[in-house]
Amino acid sequence: MKESDKKVVESSVAQSSEPKPATVAPVTETSNPVTAVASEAAGPTPDFSKFKPSNALLKQREWKSRIMAGVIGLAFVVAMIPLISLLWTTIARGVKRLNLNFLTFNMSGVIGGMPTPSGGHGGIEHAIIGTLEVTLGAILISVPVGLMCAIYLTEYARGSKFAKAISLLVNVMSGIPSIVAGLFAFSLFAILMGPGVSNGFEGSVALSILMIPTVVNSSVEMLRIVPDDLREASYALGVTKSRTIVKVVLRTALPGIVSGVILAIARVIGETAPLLMTAGFIVTTNWNLFSGQMTTLPVFVYQEYSKMSVTCPPNAGPGCVASIPSERSWAAALVLIAIVLVLNLIGRLVQRLFSVETK
Amino acid sequence: MANTSESSSAGQAMPVAVGQISAGLSAPGGGGTDGRRNGLDFSDAKPGRHSQDKIFHAVAVGCGALILVALGAVVLFLLLRAWPIFAGPQAKTSAVFASLSGGKAHGFWQYVGPLVFGTVVIAALALAIAFFVAVGVALFITFYARKRIQTVLNYVVDLLAAIPSVIYGLWGALVLVPATYPFWNWVSAHLGWIPLFAGPAANPPRTVASAAVILAIMIMPIITSMTRDIFAATPRLNQEAALALGATKWEMIKLTALPFAKSGMVSASMLALGRALGETMAVMMVLSPGMTYSWHWLQASKSQTIAANIAAQYPEADSLGVSALIATGLVLFVITFVVNLLARRITRKGGAR
Repeated sequence: MKESDKKVVESSVAQSSEPKPATVAPVTETSNPVTAVASEAAGPTPDFSKFKPSNALLKQREWKSRIMAGVIGLAFVVAMIPLISLLWTTIARGVKRLNLNFLTFNMSGVIGGMPTPSGGHGGIEHAIIGTLEVTLGAILISVPVGLMCAIYLTEYARGSKFAKAISLLVNVMSGIPSIVAGLFAFSLFAILMGPGVSNGFEGSVALSILMIPTVVNSSVEMLRIVPDDLREASYALGVTKSRTIVKVVLRTALPGIVSGVILAIARVIGETAPLLMTAGFIVTTNWNLFSGQMTTLPVFVYQEYSKMSVTCPPNAGPGCVASIPSERSWAAALVLIAIVLVLNLIGRLVQRLFSVETK
Repeated sequence: MANTSESSSAGQAMPVAVGQISAGLSAPGGGGTDGRRNGLDFSDAKPGRHSQDKIFHAVAVGCGALILVALGAVVLFLLLRAWPIFAGPQAKTSAVFASLSGGKAHGFWQYVGPLVFGTVVIAALALAIAFFVAVGVALFITFYARKRIQTVLNYVVDLLAAIPSVIYGLWGALVLVPATYPFWNWVSAHLGWIPLFAGPAANPPRTVASAAVILAIMIMPIITSMTRDIFAATPRLNQEAALALGATKWEMIKLTALPFAKSGMVSASMLALGRALGETMAVMMVLSPGMTYSWHWLQASKSQTIAANIAAQYPEADSLGVSALIATGLVLFVITFVVNLLARRITRKGGAR
């Protein structure tokens, strides 16, 4: 059903865009086929009555417009189906296991589908801690670097060759596949610190590779919209450049930069593949970012998904739940989605609440 | 810092600054690198350079250079770690590739070839599915939806782009894949004469087609949000002119918005393609992998992508195996690098803004 809808959209768009003119100007387009015919057929004295639009033609164009509106509306509906389905399933299946016990216990002592002594079936406390620490590490690396890079690009080297090269590379860097960032962090630590190293900080390094371009791009945009009058006023008062940047420019652009950073966090907090190969996976809580493996929420979701189900022995009793890994996976996914959505909301809220002052 | 100028008499400090500013004015474009300041270069207009200033400048330049260093380091360390697989003894490396590919490949290119094929085919297929729907959604948001709905929809699209890929993978594997089997089955039954859709459709359909659909759903919001911004920037005058000449709404879109947004649409889809090429989790969780150059999209175990292959094989690989996987990661890096570079080129040349 869905697929056939898409096909309809595809074919109709392809057909209708076929006679599309190269030029933008609407005047030439409407008269284009007409004049072409006229110069061939009628010669120097065109018969203008010929060009009077017939009723049928007008109707046809009207209908075409309506059909295209329908097709575009259909495309929208088709696109919304997966979103609604995704959110609905995650919420519906996630709330089943989402309770305080799930949030405050880790996976140590969990055997198969049997309930743990605490009364639950294991939880994601360790994964939440891991996610927070690894992401915090990535923030601490990428925000200063990204912000200073943006300051260099906007305040010190507008338009120089070096700056152009940097901004091009930042753009290219924003397209690095997350798994390549993970491989990089893995190689870096394996070569510098010996093979077999796996800790949370390694994951932070991988995430910061993904985060820096986002921070740079959003900060550059925000610094650019700070009016030059402010800078000039500050210089006219005899304030040094660094002080002007810190006290005037950055303070003005702060809300935008903060919201950009929050959106960047929301992006990297859900990364799975690079953490799978750097931060690793354990069942117990690890508070130390620099030593030992750390579980993060996305990795937890994946690990529980790949377990799929456990076998319950016949004498296990009603407490044993065979489908518990899948249920844990959905509950953790719900927590992850909630974190990402809340971060997005906060980012946009900051942007909206404070952006008025910059203008 | 500012105190120094204050402590010296104000009458002394002022003429110097004014003189410098007027000197800057008399020689336009002389000192200033920035066109927005009309040739005024305020870096000279300050009362003396301070060490704090210099340090700040140096840190800023250093962080800019760090970007170059980081990108260089990515390539360097990947190369260093991948090196053993190229430099190692032939017999050993071919054994590694044989074990990684289940005995199908014995050399690097033999191993990476089908993976590149799978990566490109799945990503291209995803783009083909996503592009028209995404543009349709963008058109709907900019030209058909009401103002109040518009802001909600913009927010929804950005949210969609932010949902982690592992959740798309989870949903795709547990909800979408089982749900689409009847459709794939129908396609293979009725369109099976086309080699691409040759049956029998795999059940559960953990196939190239399903992976492409999941990727399409993931990259759709990226294309939508970018094309939406460009559509919204279409000159209002052009639209009004088209309508004034009697164009219908669709003709207005066709005449003004689409030509205006052409280069932007292409570069948006290139960026989305880059994202699809590097996507790992969703593909790994949905696709049943295989190592062939097969065009049968509805059959299982035909293709695999580079990224998913790395993530899937990595936990079990030995040291040399990891080198081999990192070498394939380098190939992926090069592919996405080129695609992204092309996307940026197109944006710059098209100059939609």
